[in-house]
Amino acid sequence: MGFFLETVIGGLMSGMLYALVALGFVLIFKASGVFNFAQGAMVLIAALAMARLSGWIDGWLGGQSPWLSNLLAFALSAAFMWLIAVLVERLVLRHLVNQEATTLLMATIGISYFLDGIGQILFGSSVYSINVGMPKDPWFVLGNWFEGGVLVSLEDLTAAIVAAVLVAVLAFFFQVTPVGRALRAVADDHQAAQSVGIPLNRIWVVVWTVAGLVALVTGIVWGSKFGVQFTLSTAALRALPVVILGGLTSVPGAIVGGLIIGVGEKVSEVYLGPFVGGGIEIWFAYMLSLVFLLFRPQGLFGEKIIDRV
Amino acid sequence: MLYRENGQFKSTYRADQQIFPIRQDRWFILALLVAAFVLVPAWATEYWLQAILIPFLILSLAAIGLNVLVGYCGQISIGSGAFMAVGAYAAWNFGVRLDLPLLAQILLGGVFAMLAGVAFGVPSLRIRGLYLAVTTLAAQFFMDWAFLRIPYFTNYSSSGNVSVPELAFFGLPVVTPAQKYLFVLCFVVVFGLLAKNLVRGAIGRQWMAIRDMDVAAAVIGIRPVYAKLTAFAVSSFIIGVAGALWAYVHLGSWEPLAFDLNRSLQLLFIIIIGGLGSIIGSFFGAAFMVLVPVLLTNVPRVLGLSLPVDLAAHIEHMVFGFLIVFFLIAEPHGLARLWSIAKEKLRIWPFPH
Repeated sequence: MGFFLETVIGGLMSGMLYALVALGFVLIFKASGVFNFAQGAMVLIAALAMARLSGWIDGWLGGQSPWLSNLLAFALSAAFMWLIAVLVERLVLRHLVNQEATTLLMATIGISYFLDGIGQILFGSSVYSINVGMPKDPWFVLGNWFEGGVLVSLEDLTAAIVAAVLVAVLAFFFQVTPVGRALRAVADDHQAAQSVGIPLNRIWVVVWTVAGLVALVTGIVWGSKFGVQFTLSTAALRALPVVILGGLTSVPGAIVGGLIIGVGEKVSEVYLGPFVGGGIEIWFAYMLSLVFLLFRPQGLFGEKIIDRV
Repeated sequence: MLYRENGQFKSTYRADQQIFPIRQDRWFILALLVAAFVLVPAWATEYWLQAILIPFLILSLAAIGLNVLVGYCGQISIGSGAFMAVGAYAAWNFGVRLDLPLLAQILLGGVFAMLAGVAFGVPSLRIRGLYLAVTTLAAQFFMDWAFLRIPYFTNYSSSGNVSVPELAFFGLPVVTPAQKYLFVLCFVVVFGLLAKNLVRGAIGRQWMAIRDMDVAAAVIGIRPVYAKLTAFAVSSFIIGVAGALWAYVHLGSWEPLAFDLNRSLQLLFIIIIGGLGSIIGSFFGAAFMVLVPVLLTNVPRVLGLSLPVDLAAHIEHMVFGFLIVFFLIAEPHGLARLWSIAKEKLRIWPFPH
């Protein structure tokens, strides 16, 4: 029982990480109707920027204050993500206003290839580490209930807390601020939003910047856990079914979907994996969401799609 | 001046509806086929056959398959690499276990890819657009895993990769690059013609109606179930055959990694650059996809620069990313559209209107 609980908790924690990536997808989709296949590439490039910049700044400062260099690197990486957002809007999205959703999806696949290439040219393609002082020690709880207690990784717990805070901030941003309202208007209808005076271009920059910041936070959390390297970009692919399961337009959906898939993956890997040769983590989430969508094509919390001829 | 249809009158419906209504086109295609079958194998060097023409032909074939699904029926799929893998492994298993003739192996590979395609196409009846695009990844990851982890598919080979023995086609050897090239070329010509005729026939029109607006198509009496599933079946059959050829003829020995997500994306890029909803565009796109890396390695060498391998790979990524976006913005119908514009201009040359 203790082991089962440990598996579930581990699943919940990694589910929070999936939810973080999924959040990036949902944000951009909610606010611009673009399914952003490039979110993984953005996580990669943000994490690479953070890892390398903090290393370089640390070198210039003489390695005296890791806090300061991390802070500076974070600021610079955030600025870098903003720059990417501006460029994506200027060079790509501005020319694709009112195009079909699938065209936009393919454009983001192009963007993701471009970012993969340029990120590794700028920052190198080895494995780098990010050290922002996340606690590494495991932590045993409920020791007097189960034998040996239940192991909880403090690192995962921190990541989960970061994710929760991020979600709260974003939910506030979307629901309450004028910019958030404008974002939702744009998502509903590009043309209608433009005609009531919402500057579409600026909104897109805001959205992609926010998505870039989410990518940066995700990159830092994932990167300090597993190291920064190219696989980070494919790790985001694992978060795609989360969005699909939760519904493309729903922030709570991303969280709940992330948790369901995190737990499902871990439990199925541990209890089902040995019978079929292991490694089913790779496709479990996709198959789960595929089967689920057969019964509810818009996802858990997604809006029902109504077609009119 | 040479490309003009003046004086070519059609007096029967048959003549009016033939595949190439303009006489010059027919000559051109005939000349192209003769050149491809006779001149190329006689003159092309081994490097050209092995490294450029054979991959080009097989990728074109796979792109035709994907174009049927994405370009003609509008069901975007990011999992085509999986169906190539099914074709390859099914063909290989029929070869190893039952020792069937080569043609039967490859076609049965296509049949199994078709079955897998239909199975993964069933969700398309309910799931649409972006959701479907992502769920096709399920096929990709599931097949990647299955061929890596289920030992039956690789006949319990310890290393996980499999290889084909020497190929022979009805007693004729398919060993030298020229023989392999001709073998692949036959497949490409037959399937290209087949696909071209399908898309301009009744079924192709149904696909296009579904692509343009499925609800409206259903209202005017097109059965979405039939249209979508046939598109999935035809598409994955062709992709499966291409996968079998890729494994048998191009690679010889392979592992599941040969058909991973990057292969799927590569095929998607081919049809975007070449032209969605165009058979000839599949060829243009494949040519582009094969030639750009060759250019990227050779141009710096000619200029006297030596690029490290990983940098060249990153630049290749960037170039393809840039080209995708560029084509989507500047010419959404791809190279095929440029080709047809050029032909239009030639027909009215020298007068612009």
